[in-house]
Amino acid sequence: MTMKLSLGPILWYWPRQDVLNFYAEAAEWPVETIYLGEVVCSRRRDMKVADWVDLARDLRGCGKEVVLSSQTLIESEADLRTLRRIRDNGEFLVEANDQSALNMVIEAGLPFVTGPSMNVYNPATLRVLLRRGLQRWCLPVELSRDTLADMQATLYEQSLHAPVEVFAWGFLPLAWSSRCFTARYYGKPKDRCEFVCQQHPDGLALKSREHQDVFRLNGTSTLSGARYDLMRELPDMQRLGVDTVRLSPEHEGMAEVVARFDRARQGDMPERHPLHLAEAPPCDGYWYGRPGMDWSWTP
Amino acid sequence: MELVCPAGSLPALKAAVDAGADAVYIGFRDHTNARQFAGLNFTEKRMREGMEYARRRGTRVFCALNTYPQPAGWKHWTATLDRAADLGFDALILADMGLLDHAARYHPGIPRHLSVQGSATSHEALRFYHREFGISRAVLPRVLSMDQVRQVAGHSPVELEVFAFGSLCIMAEGRCYLSSYLTDESPNTCGACSPAKAVRWEEKGDDLEARLNGVLIDRFAGDEQAGYPTLCKGRFEVEGAVYHAIEEPTSLNTMDLLPELHRLGVSAVKIEGRQRSPAYSGQVAGTWRAAIDRVKADPETFEPAPEWQRTLGELSEGGQTTLGAWTRSWK
Repeated sequence: MTMKLSLGPILWYWPRQDVLNFYAEAAEWPVETIYLGEVVCSRRRDMKVADWVDLARDLRGCGKEVVLSSQTLIESEADLRTLRRIRDNGEFLVEANDQSALNMVIEAGLPFVTGPSMNVYNPATLRVLLRRGLQRWCLPVELSRDTLADMQATLYEQSLHAPVEVFAWGFLPLAWSSRCFTARYYGKPKDRCEFVCQQHPDGLALKSREHQDVFRLNGTSTLSGARYDLMRELPDMQRLGVDTVRLSPEHEGMAEVVARFDRARQGDMPERHPLHLAEAPPCDGYWYGRPGMDWSWTP
Repeated sequence: MELVCPAGSLPALKAAVDAGADAVYIGFRDHTNARQFAGLNFTEKRMREGMEYARRRGTRVFCALNTYPQPAGWKHWTATLDRAADLGFDALILADMGLLDHAARYHPGIPRHLSVQGSATSHEALRFYHREFGISRAVLPRVLSMDQVRQVAGHSPVELEVFAFGSLCIMAEGRCYLSSYLTDESPNTCGACSPAKAVRWEEKGDDLEARLNGVLIDRFAGDEQAGYPTLCKGRFEVEGAVYHAIEEPTSLNTMDLLPELHRLGVSAVKIEGRQRSPAYSGQVAGTWRAAIDRVKADPETFEPAPEWQRTLGELSEGGQTTLGAWTRSWK
């Protein structure tokens, strides 16, 4: 069976019209699953839960499986109210990105999937979640293919069915804070941030004083400075029984990225000529159990 | 309100106990806990000695097993947990759902505390851990403000423990993968952040450069105090500006908030720093013991004594302290 492709939630803060335009295009792309929702900052309110649900219906109409993603770091009662609205959507599966969301879907008896920030590091954890309605889990970004292989082997031995998704392309979400690093760069307090992160649709590059790409600041989240790229690993993922391959949305060049992964999953590995993307080095270290920023592949 | 103190060695444990800690928390000498440092932590023999010393003085001892085992390490982690259970700790501090499940199933009689690494930031999250694994206490992440802690405390199904003093993580703990991105070790996988094995110091003229796996984290001019290159506390360049782009090197000190924490019914305040010296353990424990006793006696008029704050300031990273997220001064 061919692996599915998914578009992860947009991690950046794009203006509402850009979001709608992006998904109008994505509706035509060869991806099976689309994750929708604001997963980083509660102050990003261009799209309300009701808007995401409307969009979800449109995309479902185009034949996509749609999942509503929850905010990764929950801090307040207001955040919990938003979570409840997502849980109560009545139509779409929820991606639980922390234990608050997990608790809500479990108490409501709803099925769910888990995102990359849910710490699933071993089969015992999966067994707990499977008992409670887990439909699919995403490998945490820092785990390697060897750990995934061990997980898959154990699940097989124990006759457990837990489809796995792998974050395979894009800047890796690495940390979440109550502080905003984009506002900090602009010298603004978080409560009066003036939504400066919207000026950076691919985040702000944080470099060492030797100009090495280290991280990427995106509001309250911190991402990798290099772009994770596991396209060459798709045959290996296929052998490991990976169910879904996640691509993380970027502002430019995404149609071509999806097209390449679509070819690659069908066994036709595209040449590695450059794409029109935000400039950043590639990395694949995590997959090989090395520092995440490492890049193994040389032509 | 209980005082929970760190101990990375038997002398540190004794110092904390002697200075009035209500409980100390310790870990095994490997990567099953979130303070894996060379030469730090306890062998089983030292654990027994420490527990005996603490018990005689009425101090409880908790065991931190708060990293996330992967399949290859599963047997080692569960065997370690089973050993901790046999040793008779007063509580196990756990983060991983698989280990929590193991502990609840096979050692139901030993209280389970949710580690800060479990990343529970709401009463909904606490309800999950309580219902699924029967935790009796949770340590809250250092990202929450006082208002937010108040909200959590108002609905929490379990006792709450909050960080009072020590190194400050500004990222939500348990879900920070920055360290494994630059090195091959993270708090989750092996209890290390910005591990010493990856640090390199280099003199460049009058400057001192601090690198982590080759990445320049900071460069100190001759007259600057050089700090350990914890990756989120370095100076980086963003669009041409060089500054502490993520966080300044400071420590957390919440002593000013002690009366409010007491009013909220917070069950315990926690001191960070198993990697620090016995002198640190003893001095910090003694200072907080005095403060807690005073706040219990008279919460209305409590004010931190200047000598307490001076002692804590001297024990802080970079000599600076902050209230951290508690008052959200950056907001």
